[in-house]
Amino acid sequence: MTIKVSMKVNGKAASADVEARTLLVTFIRENLRLTGTHVGCDTAQCGACTVLMNGKAIKSCSIVAMQAEGADIMTIEGVAKPDGTLHPMQAAFKEHHGLQCGFCTPGMVMNALDFAKSHPNPTEQQVREALEGNLCRCTGYHNIVKSIMAGAKAMGGKI
Amino acid sequence: MSTSLIGARVQRKEDYRFLTGAGQYTDDVALPQQSYAAFVRSPHAHAVLKKVDIEKAKKAPGVIAVYTGADLANAKVGGLPCGWLITDVKGQPMKEPPYPSLAQGKVRHVGERVAVVIAETLAQAKDAAEMVEVDYDVLPAIIDPKKASSAKGIHEIAPDNVCYVWALGDKAAIDAAFAKAAHVTKLDLVNNRLIPNAIEPRSANATYSRASDDYTLYVTSQNPHVERLLMTAFVLGLPESKVRVVAPDVGGGFGSKIYLYPEDVVVTWASKQLNRAVKWTADRSESFVSDAHGRDHVTVAELALDKDGKFLAMRVKTTANLGAYLSTFASCIPTILYATLLAGQYTTPLIYCEVTAVFTNTAPVDAYRGAGRPEATYVVERLVETAARDLKMDPVEIRRKNFIRQFPYQTPVALLYDTGNYEQTLDAALQIADVKNFPKRREESLRKGKLRGIGYACYIEACGIAPSNVAGSLGARAGLFEAGEIRVHPTGTVTVFTGSHAHGQGHETTFAQVVADRLGLPIENVEIVHGDTSKVLFGMGTYGSRSIAVGGTAIVKALDKIVAKGKKIAAHLLEASEADIEYDRGVFKVAGTDKKKMFGEVAFAAYVPHNYPLDKLEPGLNENAFYDPTNFTFPAGSYVCEVEVDKETGTTTIASFTAVDDFGKVINPMIVEGQVHGGLAQGIGQALTEGCRYDESGQLVTGSFLDYTIPRAGDVPMFQLDTRETPCTHNPLGVKGCGEAGAIGAPAAVMNAITDALGVKDVPMPATAQTVWKSLQEKAHARV
Amino acid sequence: MHAFDYHRPASAKDAVSLKAGKSEGKYLAGGQSLVQAMKLRLSSPSDLIDLSSLKELTGIKVSGSAVEIGAMTRHADVAAAADVGKAIPALAALAGDIGDRQVRHMGTIGGSLANNDPAADYPAAVLGLGATITTNKRKIEADGFFKGLYETALEEGELITSVSFPVPKRAAYMKFKNPASRFALVGVFVADFGGKARVGVTGAGPSAFRQAEMEKALAAKFAPESVASVKVSASGLNGDLHASPEYRAHLITVMARRAVEAALK
Repeated sequence: MTIKVSMKVNGKAASADVEARTLLVTFIRENLRLTGTHVGCDTAQCGACTVLMNGKAIKSCSIVAMQAEGADIMTIEGVAKPDGTLHPMQAAFKEHHGLQCGFCTPGMVMNALDFAKSHPNPTEQQVREALEGNLCRCTGYHNIVKSIMAGAKAMGGKI
Repeated sequence: MSTSLIGARVQRKEDYRFLTGAGQYTDDVALPQQSYAAFVRSPHAHAVLKKVDIEKAKKAPGVIAVYTGADLANAKVGGLPCGWLITDVKGQPMKEPPYPSLAQGKVRHVGERVAVVIAETLAQAKDAAEMVEVDYDVLPAIIDPKKASSAKGIHEIAPDNVCYVWALGDKAAIDAAFAKAAHVTKLDLVNNRLIPNAIEPRSANATYSRASDDYTLYVTSQNPHVERLLMTAFVLGLPESKVRVVAPDVGGGFGSKIYLYPEDVVVTWASKQLNRAVKWTADRSESFVSDAHGRDHVTVAELALDKDGKFLAMRVKTTANLGAYLSTFASCIPTILYATLLAGQYTTPLIYCEVTAVFTNTAPVDAYRGAGRPEATYVVERLVETAARDLKMDPVEIRRKNFIRQFPYQTPVALLYDTGNYEQTLDAALQIADVKNFPKRREESLRKGKLRGIGYACYIEACGIAPSNVAGSLGARAGLFEAGEIRVHPTGTVTVFTGSHAHGQGHETTFAQVVADRLGLPIENVEIVHGDTSKVLFGMGTYGSRSIAVGGTAIVKALDKIVAKGKKIAAHLLEASEADIEYDRGVFKVAGTDKKKMFGEVAFAAYVPHNYPLDKLEPGLNENAFYDPTNFTFPAGSYVCEVEVDKETGTTTIASFTAVDDFGKVINPMIVEGQVHGGLAQGIGQALTEGCRYDESGQLVTGSFLDYTIPRAGDVPMFQLDTRETPCTHNPLGVKGCGEAGAIGAPAAVMNAITDALGVKDVPMPATAQTVWKSLQEKAHARV
Repeated sequence: MHAFDYHRPASAKDAVSLKAGKSEGKYLAGGQSLVQAMKLRLSSPSDLIDLSSLKELTGIKVSGSAVEIGAMTRHADVAAAADVGKAIPALAALAGDIGDRQVRHMGTIGGSLANNDPAADYPAAVLGLGATITTNKRKIEADGFFKGLYETALEEGELITSVSFPVPKRAAYMKFKNPASRFALVGVFVADFGGKARVGVTGAGPSAFRQAEMEKALAAKFAPESVASVKVSASGLNGDLHASPEYRAHLITVMARRAVEAALK
């Protein structure tokens, strides 16, 4: 079954005729060619596909695109300022070496953005708990945790 | 520039693209005429392929082609080669069974490729793959490596499933030393099988051009030139010049992306058959069954000591599981990279190691972060700690008593350590870990109902495997040098081409620091290019913590040539003798005068040679170098781990982890710390959470992240790190490498801490809550 | 994922009538289990009837004696609801520790209960609190809802609309997580209704169940020592790579005691 799906992605209207079985992440990567959102597993464990849907972090591999019909989606490509300046959370990851191979990074940043809205000054423990749905194999999480603590502070509760 | 970039915490040049979603990983590459491949994989561990019926699949919507092993055989596509020949104890070559890219006649592990379906969309390819009907005649599976040699052979060439029996050392002398030793500590150890799980799954996307009769393969590889060499020369029989291999951004490797994999061969071959771009990207479920796994040793280890705790001899017998086929470097891991490390940091004068490598109906096993060295460290450091407990000695003191203190030091297991200072890292670790107050912390834990333990590991590793001629004499079928090229542009900016490959290590930054520092240029003026065989002259790639020590040195050698030529040009421009020209941080000067030319002026002169010694010198400023090291490098360090065990549930928490490493000269401490953090997490993962398990029929029980536990953020602590520097003596940067240390040292430190907490001799890895709980139950029962 | 037809009904009534003609069809709630199973081709419904736009199935009502949660209410919303946190803090805490943040933003209580994963958290609360499940057809008591591995009392096409939890005097949920999946290896929900106690256990068996012996002991005295000495039989419990039946049995006692301790805090 082919079906028309429409949503807003990074502030712009996006729509396409897709098979009903198209995952949101497939729509983002293949139809919109926004390849910053990654797929690292097929059991919803790794979180590399995390995007914001109506402001909340979700795993875009775990819903079909139609579940996001009419939604406001933000991917990693929509995080930096239009002039290219890094968002404070992105800047914190760079500053604290919170990434190595970069593959899990978009999902980490997207989840962190949502988390930091409600946690402007998180503890190490809170950050580690918030990362339960994001796997990283490079960093041992040490610098990711530091990055998110610093990034959250810099954000002051606002994306 | 006044301050040195060596040792500076320079932020990474690559981060911007990764943080904005602009990284280009293999699966992000979309080619014109793109098609998609899905593999039909064996659900059985061991079976005869009676019939592979592809007729229905071929007619499915969107299907372009379906191929089986017969198609590859007809096309004379060869099997995958093994890159290291081990010669056994009888002087015979190891058994090398054929490793076809698509199964021929038989399947030998769950996940082996039986057929490939190529279709217009990925969904269509997967739909049609389900329609391939395979008739299997299921055979008994051999899973347990200890039982392999008494089972029926899974390959004709190896009727007892033994690939080789290999040994190092004088067995008779060592047996004699054991016979008269005051004390012998013996341990049965299993080094648990691990599944690497880089977060980016493997992917390959190949295209072929009829116009130029050449191929381009984008692939998740740690070493694109090696991939190309193996694929063209041994499998497809193509001229290398007709194949371009690009390893773009790669999302972690940890060894698992060193190898030439069947999927890479199949999509490359198919791209020409179909005149289409063919892409395959692994689902995680496919990664679990088809990526090369790591470790998987069963070992009996013994240490002979005198009554004062001085090590007299070590005897180690290991069965190494190689899986169903020989992966690219499988054979050298449990031999050359394992037995040679058994001296550790100690003066043990006599060491014997015997390795029986067997085939089983499991995924192939090859190098995974550390590769042989974690297994060796585990043997040595578990033995040492246990011996100390046996002799009621302080585990720190027994190590001090046996440390190597004179360098260079020739070990009894072939290696020559050039330098080191083991006491120094140990002292620092003890201080940072506040070991003297451990008894107090143990009491506090007890008051909360928790058992606290402390464990140590003093590891050594051999990095930058070399030199090529020695490796060759030991069976290597490839060189182990590295190549680098410096292209100075007319305006004085620099592009560096390196045969090393970064998949998280930050070479674009670290290597730029080296070059900018040496040439005295702003780091912004230096670009690092890697991962493309059409750009980089040659490369052996990145594994074994070799990039800075070997790849970095190749770059330095090329830089030296640039400076040498620059001096000639400057001498001409300054009308001075070449011998009088000095180069210092971007300036060519006539010694003892204020006459000088800037680096950019010299570069410009080289490309606009109006005033130039054309009779003596070629124009241009572009140099390359190949560097083949004279020895390994020997990073070493001391780790201290404290754990807290919940007696009721068996849950182990890492209370603290201190790592003090000696990597020689450190170029970028921020990046080095990151490497150690990641290695420690993988080492802690091996100790506490990660254990690949097959059931008796050969089904992978830990086939997804729902059952295979790679550490999450909540499973690891903040690490306490420091470094000490004894510069490597045989490379110009004094560097040793840092990528694997954490994974090498951590498992032994953690397990020494857990066994200390529980007061037991051994606990198997991974020490999951259930395993620890069982150990506590057994201990309680034993007391009753 | 196999192909399917997608439907987005405008009302619960429409959803039920859409489902009526499609025996191989499935309701799609948050999709956090169903979409996963479909991706792995373990589940292949002919049709998906997406409930996500049905506002009527969403929302939380707290009265003095009960907390009623609409079937399509997301875990994160239950966790964050101040009135749930006040009435049954253990329920809010349970919802706030299901899966991970991302999963909690999509997953729903109705989806979780209809799926009845043996390691899901909500079944422990439903049994531990004696909740009532309301469907488009009827009300089902907790004790009659969970029928076995991924099996419930729901009939073909029957749609959960809400779940009502009685407010206890005190309650707590303790979970020992599967290290890999982070589902409950063993989760125990204890509730004190004053002279009556309930204990719901998840993760340990083919389906969540009540622990009668502990309930009896807690009814007599709601104190940690009441459950600490209850030895649970391993017979019939799940055994897998992560935990043998014996280990699970042991963990039930430990988690129950810790839950009672937490409830009393």
